[in-house]
Amino acid sequence: MSALKAVFMRELQLAARSRADWAQPVFFYILVSLLFPLGVAPNSTALPLFVPAILWMGALLAALLGLERVFRSDFEDGTLEQLFLAPVPVSFLVLGKLLAAWLVLGLPLALLSPLLGLLLGLSMHAAGVVMLGLLLGTLSLFFLGGFSSALLVGLPRAGVLLPVLVLPLVSPILIFGAGAARAAMSGSSAEAPLYFLAAIAVFCICLIPLATATALRNAFE
Amino acid sequence: MTLWTWLKSLTSPPIFFALAQRLGFWFGLISIPLLAYGLIGGLLLAPPDYQQGEGYRIIYIHVPAAWMSLFIYSLMAAAGGIALIWRIKVWECVLTAAAPIGASFTALALVTGMLWGKPMWGTYWVWDARLTSELVLLFLYVGVIVLQQSIADARAAARACALLAIVGFVNVPIVHYSVEWWNTLHQGPSVTKFGKPTMDASMLVPLLVMTLGFMSFFGHVLMRRVQNELLSRGEISRG
Repeated sequence: MSALKAVFMRELQLAARSRADWAQPVFFYILVSLLFPLGVAPNSTALPLFVPAILWMGALLAALLGLERVFRSDFEDGTLEQLFLAPVPVSFLVLGKLLAAWLVLGLPLALLSPLLGLLLGLSMHAAGVVMLGLLLGTLSLFFLGGFSSALLVGLPRAGVLLPVLVLPLVSPILIFGAGAARAAMSGSSAEAPLYFLAAIAVFCICLIPLATATALRNAFE
Repeated sequence: MTLWTWLKSLTSPPIFFALAQRLGFWFGLISIPLLAYGLIGGLLLAPPDYQQGEGYRIIYIHVPAAWMSLFIYSLMAAAGGIALIWRIKVWECVLTAAAPIGASFTALALVTGMLWGKPMWGTYWVWDARLTSELVLLFLYVGVIVLQQSIADARAAARACALLAIVGFVNVPIVHYSVEWWNTLHQGPSVTKFGKPTMDASMLVPLLVMTLGFMSFFGHVLMRRVQNELLSRGEISRG
């Protein structure tokens, strides 16, 4: 447990010292979401139809920007190799790293989404559902994305390949997340898709660290 | 003891190479009459559908291709599991050799489905549950192929692909049920209902024969590709 905490705190400290790293996806998210209406006719009635898709796709793409870096610097400076020498299971340390990455890179996106939603004309209730969905969805997204970036660690073109690996894997999250937002906008219950998102998140948190640890070990062999 | 020696033959590259030589030949040989009968039976002998007329005959390509797309991905996940757990090179080759074939079958299923959809549904593409999950499956295949090609070391590439295939395999049912929840228009399955398929035997038999033909054709191509992979890795010396 203390090893998990040490890895977790180290990631947070590193993030606190390099603000540009976590600010970049946030600005990307703001820009993408708020430039989208410029592509639609002014005051168009079609815009509200697209709002769940904008907020969700924007968050997915913004998260990909951050995910690419989750293991890279640790791989380059040899920290990952040290983690493998630690007397605790690597999957445990990976869990700490991914949770910290989500806290630094994913959580801001989720917290920002209701504000963007209100700017795009969502109701208070729908904006809340979007945030709740993104809280759960980004969690799974960071675990699946962390796994994919572990597969690509050390490759020169990792940034281009990452979306090819991650986006098909996260399509159910997009469906349930945007579905929850649409349900909330139309006034029906958004509970079912949110429960699905929660189930996927729990599933990812339990199993993905094991696969990620194996992927990282493979990169060293 | 014989089982053990047989199992060992599945792990040694030279023995597997020789086995693949024979298996590939036989798979190729039996695929010819199966595919021929399936094509003739499906395209000429089977009666036209009472609603869809002659247009339904594309299922003799479409349905086996769609089945193969799922079967091959499952096979890849199984081969990936074997390769990761017991570190067997042969099964790494099976995994990487199967991926492009599976992607081709998936693409074939999608294209034939689109060609059928135009006259029947009036459009090439709808965002229907099964079409969408088949498309996501194609993307999952592409992910495996791209990953394999981007890692220089063949073993590391195959093991990374194995992990991705397993995670993708777990994801496939989630994708399937999520898109089903999202939207569905596709006609219900008419063969997999056990007991009494809603298809007449005169239509069903060529379909099943065609599927066996696809399977043995796949077996033939897979064996030859595994042999190539073993050769290019230098596991077999070209004597």
